[in-house]
Amino acid sequence: MLELRKDLFADERDDNLNVIGKGIQRQDMPGHVTGLTRYFDDHAFDGMLHLKVVRSPHASARIRSIDIAAAARAPGVKRVLRAADVPVNKNTLLSLINFGKDDEPSLAVDQVHYKGEPVVAIIAETEAQALAAKKLVRIDYEPMPAVFDVEEALKPGAPVVNETYPANYFEYHERFDHQKLRFGDVERAFASADMVLEHRYQMSPIEHAPTETNGSIAAPEQNGRFVVHSCAQGLFFALGTAAKIVAVESNRLHFIGGTVGGGFGGKVDSLTEPLAVLGAMVTGRPVRFVLDREEEMLYGSPRGAERIYIKDGLMRDGRIVARQIRSYFDAGAYTRLSSYAAIKCTAHLPGPYWIPNVSSDVHVAYTNRCPSTAMRGFGITAVDFALEVQMDRLAEAAGMDPMEFRILNAYRDGDMKPHRRKASNTALIECVQVAAGKANWPISEQGKRQSSLTGGGAGERAQIPATVLDARGQIGRPDTRQSGPTQTLPAGTSRIAPSKQPVMEGARDGRAAPTQVPRYEPARTATQPLAPAAYAPPPSPYQPVAGRQPPPYQPPPAPPSPAPAPATQTQHGAVRFSSVFGRRR
Amino acid sequence: MAKIPVQFRLNGTDRAAFVDAPETLLNTLRRSLGDFAPKYGCGQGACGVCTVLIDGEPHLSCLTLSVACEGRQVETASGMADGPELHPLQAQFMEHFAAQCGFCTPGMLTAARALLDRNPNPTRDEVIEAISGNICRCTGYEPIVAAILAAAGSPGLRRA
Amino acid sequence: MLDVRSCTTLSEAAGILSGDRQAVLIGGGTLVMRDVNEGRLTEGTLLRVTDPAFRRIEAGGGRIELGAGVTMGMILANRELAFLHPAARAIGGPAVRNMASVGGNLFAPAPYGDFTVALLALDAQVVLQAGFGSGRATPLEEFLAARERSGSALVTSVQFSRPANPGDFHFRKISRVKPKGISVLSIAAHLPLAGGRVAQARVAYGAMAPTPIRARGVERALEGKSLDAAAIAAAKTGALEGCRPATDAIASEWYRREVLPVHLGRLLAGEPR
Repeated sequence: MLELRKDLFADERDDNLNVIGKGIQRQDMPGHVTGLTRYFDDHAFDGMLHLKVVRSPHASARIRSIDIAAAARAPGVKRVLRAADVPVNKNTLLSLINFGKDDEPSLAVDQVHYKGEPVVAIIAETEAQALAAKKLVRIDYEPMPAVFDVEEALKPGAPVVNETYPANYFEYHERFDHQKLRFGDVERAFASADMVLEHRYQMSPIEHAPTETNGSIAAPEQNGRFVVHSCAQGLFFALGTAAKIVAVESNRLHFIGGTVGGGFGGKVDSLTEPLAVLGAMVTGRPVRFVLDREEEMLYGSPRGAERIYIKDGLMRDGRIVARQIRSYFDAGAYTRLSSYAAIKCTAHLPGPYWIPNVSSDVHVAYTNRCPSTAMRGFGITAVDFALEVQMDRLAEAAGMDPMEFRILNAYRDGDMKPHRRKASNTALIECVQVAAGKANWPISEQGKRQSSLTGGGAGERAQIPATVLDARGQIGRPDTRQSGPTQTLPAGTSRIAPSKQPVMEGARDGRAAPTQVPRYEPARTATQPLAPAAYAPPPSPYQPVAGRQPPPYQPPPAPPSPAPAPATQTQHGAVRFSSVFGRRR
Repeated sequence: MAKIPVQFRLNGTDRAAFVDAPETLLNTLRRSLGDFAPKYGCGQGACGVCTVLIDGEPHLSCLTLSVACEGRQVETASGMADGPELHPLQAQFMEHFAAQCGFCTPGMLTAARALLDRNPNPTRDEVIEAISGNICRCTGYEPIVAAILAAAGSPGLRRA
Repeated sequence: MLDVRSCTTLSEAAGILSGDRQAVLIGGGTLVMRDVNEGRLTEGTLLRVTDPAFRRIEAGGGRIELGAGVTMGMILANRELAFLHPAARAIGGPAVRNMASVGGNLFAPAPYGDFTVALLALDAQVVLQAGFGSGRATPLEEFLAARERSGSALVTSVQFSRPANPGDFHFRKISRVKPKGISVLSIAAHLPLAGGRVAQARVAYGAMAPTPIRARGVERALEGKSLDAAAIAAAKTGALEGCRPATDAIASEWYRREVLPVHLGRLLAGEPR
């Protein structure tokens, strides 16, 4: 059960707290146990209509024709909505904060990009009538090539998933096809590391599966307003999104909610509110739009699957001297929140460890799968899993206890992070010490004496190193994906001044007109060649006891593996262990 | 299609409704009778949030035809408290923090009540079995099991 | 639109079922109402049977007959059917068991239908009534092979012989969620011993094919043998004969093939799961 370890960081905390550490009854608990808590669906309206959507059975197809005549005549049907009925039929969630381009229709126009994409909405007197009428909608599809793999999607010539982003990637800062992080010189550090290990990690999409499915009820109020009972986790986010899509002033929408039957991130996408409001507007009646369980499981956005490559340079004494990460978020067919997930992921790298050379390229790739979205630490959880499995592998390679290995490499207060911020309030060492104690896992006396408060920020640990830059991954320039270093920022550089010069010469993928966008133009200093100068890793405040070798790992029998990962080029003189290339050699 | 009259006893009170022929008990309870304690969670019998007692036994109201409930006793979580006085299960759910989002709570309480009505002193395994058809996606099973065990054997249990 | 019709006799229901292609029998509702709720079933007639014979249990003697409307909960409440309790308890939670019927379980698609697996290992017969005629008993295996095409006959009951020694009947459901989850697979085995040797072995699987199937390779390997290590090893070798498991949300085809022999071996050796 809950245990507050007040002995740790005692002087950093005021202990005269009125709530934390005390048992206080929640104000919503009486409603929960009496069944009186009102969720969005627990509201009765006279004359309430029910909305159901017809969804694409194809992952990618052109819509040749849609015939709604029979459905519109079916018993109880009040209205059938198509794309043209949606006032602003293209949106991206983060457009409310001016991030990203509108790319997703509420109802598909002339193409569908994932299995389950809404095409037609039917509003009827009863759910049964709406369900029966769905079967009467005739849609003629011309199936198109689809792409389901993030790396395949980024190859030139891959089927275009999302016309707004024709090269199948989200565009960052109007300049790069991925989110970048550069700190120090990983290549130089790899060259002088004792060992280099590279592994590939593949996650699956995860469905939130809230017990309450996504849904909302919209009803006309007086004065041309509409009341909306919503499952939304971010009520005003849903309000803003609905107002934009149905093109009304936001003060005409009265959203009621905040009581959510399980969300976990899956109720931020405004999956139902815009069409429910539109339905109430066009019928003048209350309209309820609720996903059934199958829709929730198959078409409610999941946590996006990620593919992560981690390459680490490791010294025999256990110090990690370089970490390079290449990651691909599977956004599915539309952006939703994947663009933000990649930023969160990048901000989290390289994990809670001090590593003097870090480089990462985090891509958001569009595939013909259900769009993915927020879920409990999205952007972080999967990469943390990959990083920690990698840490265990590194510990094994260094012949170190995995707990001691983490203590050795942990961030301490005052250490410089690759984002050029000093670490503060670090606590990994203490977490490891407490976890080891709880698990009766023996750690050395020296390991027990370590503290996040001491040893950090010493010498090189507080410095921003000279950092090698590259122009890799410019928007519309597939040829730049493998390009080499362009320049080296002097040590201590924390910011690059923006400039207004265009970055992209020529047409985007040969299709569009040249785009003039502002770029970040660093001063043209001379490119430093990648001199194979010996890299001397800085010392750690903690020298672990050597010689504790865990038992060798016995892999379980492998299931039939998917297509092998594409090979990447790496040249260095060190011993390499790689799951990408096979076994140790 | 003509509506069909149905009468049954809901939480001790005779109620009547006009229903569509294939209408589920869940929809009749919620939309015609205003009892919102049973929830829609899956419509498949997988989640248990619509659990009600029919003649004292737990049933899934989303898979039960209303017309099949004619003349029967239906009980929901709405009928557990006696005015302001909570059922011991409700009190212990509060005490043990056995609800997070609260959406599974009415079904959990109903499933637990079916167990305690028949077996006032269950083992932990019997409690777990009794709620094995009810999903709590906020992953609060431990406090729920603790609350049910705490309510077991309490004097207020057998209150009609 | 859907209509509902209540039938007070089995004959009435059988008559409507054979005359009306759009009529569907509804037992406990766990299969049919799902299709209604999700809009797969929007036209036709749901037939309810209120005939007491539909929910009758005859378990006093050596020959057992369960009405098709008998629920898992009713089986669990019947002490004479104790050998079937593990199989009945494997179906859903308590609420589902108060609804799910023996007859409905015969139609449950993989990976559901665990109770039928037990019936298959008991050599059960399905009593079918077509039109207003009298019932006709069909071997369960035959019924399952044709079940997608047998929509017009009414299943009124299942019949089987009580195992002479209840300890010879074994049932295991393997799922990933405790205490209850959908089947990775299920195994039922009736292994009567004559003079210390297996005679007339019947082994059946659930979730290893589109319908529950007999494990003929295992039955052959065990026939006439004592249940020793060699016989169990031989049974494991033949365990996958006839299996066509699916990949679904619960398990992959590969996983089902990998773990079936393991669980079969444990069942035969009397080891815990």
